[in-house]
This record gives sequence, structure tokens and C-alpha cells, in this order.
Amino acid sequence: MHRFKKRFGRLTGQLSSVEASVLGDLVDQVRSLLAERRAEHSVDPLADLTGMAMGTAEAPQDAAVRRLLPDFHASDADLAAGLRQLHEPALIAAKDTAAVTLLDSLPRGGGTVRLDEQQSVAWMSALNDVRLAIAERIGLNDDDEEPAALADGDEAVHTMWHTYQWLTMVLDSLVVASME
Amino acid sequence: MSSASPILERDQQEAVDADHPWVTIVWNDPVNLMSYVTLVFMRELGHPRVTAEKLMMDVHTVGRASVSTGTREKMETTVATLQAAGLWATMQQDV
Repeated sequence: MHRFKKRFGRLTGQLSSVEASVLGDLVDQVRSLLAERRAEHSVDPLADLTGMAMGTAEAPQDAAVRRLLPDFHASDADLAAGLRQLHEPALIAAKDTAAVTLLDSLPRGGGTVRLDEQQSVAWMSALNDVRLAIAERIGLNDDDEEPAALADGDEAVHTMWHTYQWLTMVLDSLVVASME
Repeated sequence: MSSASPILERDQQEAVDADHPWVTIVWNDPVNLMSYVTLVFMRELGHPRVTAEKLMMDVHTVGRASVSTGTREKMETTVATLQAAGLWATMQQDV
């Protein structure tokens, strides 16, 4: 992975075949988490008639999904539940659209990534969602400290931590290039 | 007495609602990058870079910052937009 550069209004970067396949796989996993959450929404016949999708009032059980879809209010549980019902379906749809945009512009087998502005915004959101989910899985709790689980010598945690750091580098590279 | 007081209470509640706008709060978290948070503030809130960087530093050092003020409906939209970008955003009524 070389850092993204801005050329003629587009952001371009290179991914190896392994990098492209890892990224595609992780984004698919986030899509699955979001799809499972969407399936929890009650099937309301009125929603089909009116076209108004309502989500569930309860916050997600899974910490990673809860981080992707936070409460709208920090202390008023009733208001948070109401706002979740109202806004969560669209939020899931927005995150899924970003993920699909990334997957559609990802060179399978590796190669050059070329992103217009709308695609680069989607890439940043989708990359960040993967980072948020991994951070919950490996217990990243502190701004400047490695996750405590690393000390246990668990190889899976180690691999996820390295992947997380790589994703951080890719995201930062996109952000810096797009601000040029 | 009993019939009048609910109306009075509702009027008072409406007065409170009108006087105190809602704010969007962004909370610090260990995942979101300083560069990315700055970019999202510029892109989604329309802040110039200097303002966006100052707000980002407030989030980073204080742990939270009010990034936008307005009607409840407007703040719902702002929170949804910031959460879509992955920021940890909530809303509350300014008191």
C-alpha cells in the first residue's frame, strides 16, 4: 500500500491482491453485522403500506454493532429509544451504501484504486466502520495504548491489531490526500 | 385547580422548549483519527479548517464538545450524519 495521492481531482492509491482481499472480506463482515441488525426490526404490516421503516427501540446487544449505531441521547433512555426507532433504518442503509460503494470500486485481485469525491467519502466511512468494529472486538479502550488483550499472546488478536493499524494508515492517507 | 394546572404546565414546557435549543455533542473515542474528525467537521458542518481543528482538539482533550446548535429536528439530522461517518455523536437540550 502506497499512500493515496490526489490527481486531477481524484484520489489514487495501490492495493496488493492480499490487501484488496482482506479489505473486501472485512467490509463484507460489517455488512453482515448490519444485515443481522436490520433483520431484528419488527415486521410491521403498516410499514409496508406507508413505506415508513421503523427500527427496534432496544440498543444492539453486540458491542460492535452498538458502536456502529450509538444512542442518539446519552442519558434519556426513552428519547434514545424513540430516536433509534426513527433513525436507525436510514443509518444502517447509509452505512451499507458506503460499504457497497467501497466494494464496487475495490480492484479485486489488487491494483489501482481511483476514487471521485463521492467514492472517497464512502471509502472513509466504510473503512472507519471496520476500524470501529475491530476496536470493539480486540478491546481497544484507550487513546494512546495498545489493547490489553495483546499481552495474552492470542494470535487472532495480534492479527486483528495489525490489520487495524493498516486500516488506520489507509484511512489517514485518504484523509490527508483529500484535504490537499 | 386540577383542570387548569396541566395547561399551565404545558405552556411552561413549551416556553422551556423554545428558550433552550438543542445541541449536538461529539465524544472522544480511541478509534476516530484527529485528521478524520477534522475533515468530517469541515465536510458535514461546513466549518472552516481552523474551527474544525479547534472543535476536534476540544473533543480530544476535554472528552466532548458541542459542535452544533439548533432545533431538535436539525440536531437529529446532524447526529445521524455524524454517526453515519462513524463519529460518536449524541444530542441534548441545552439548559
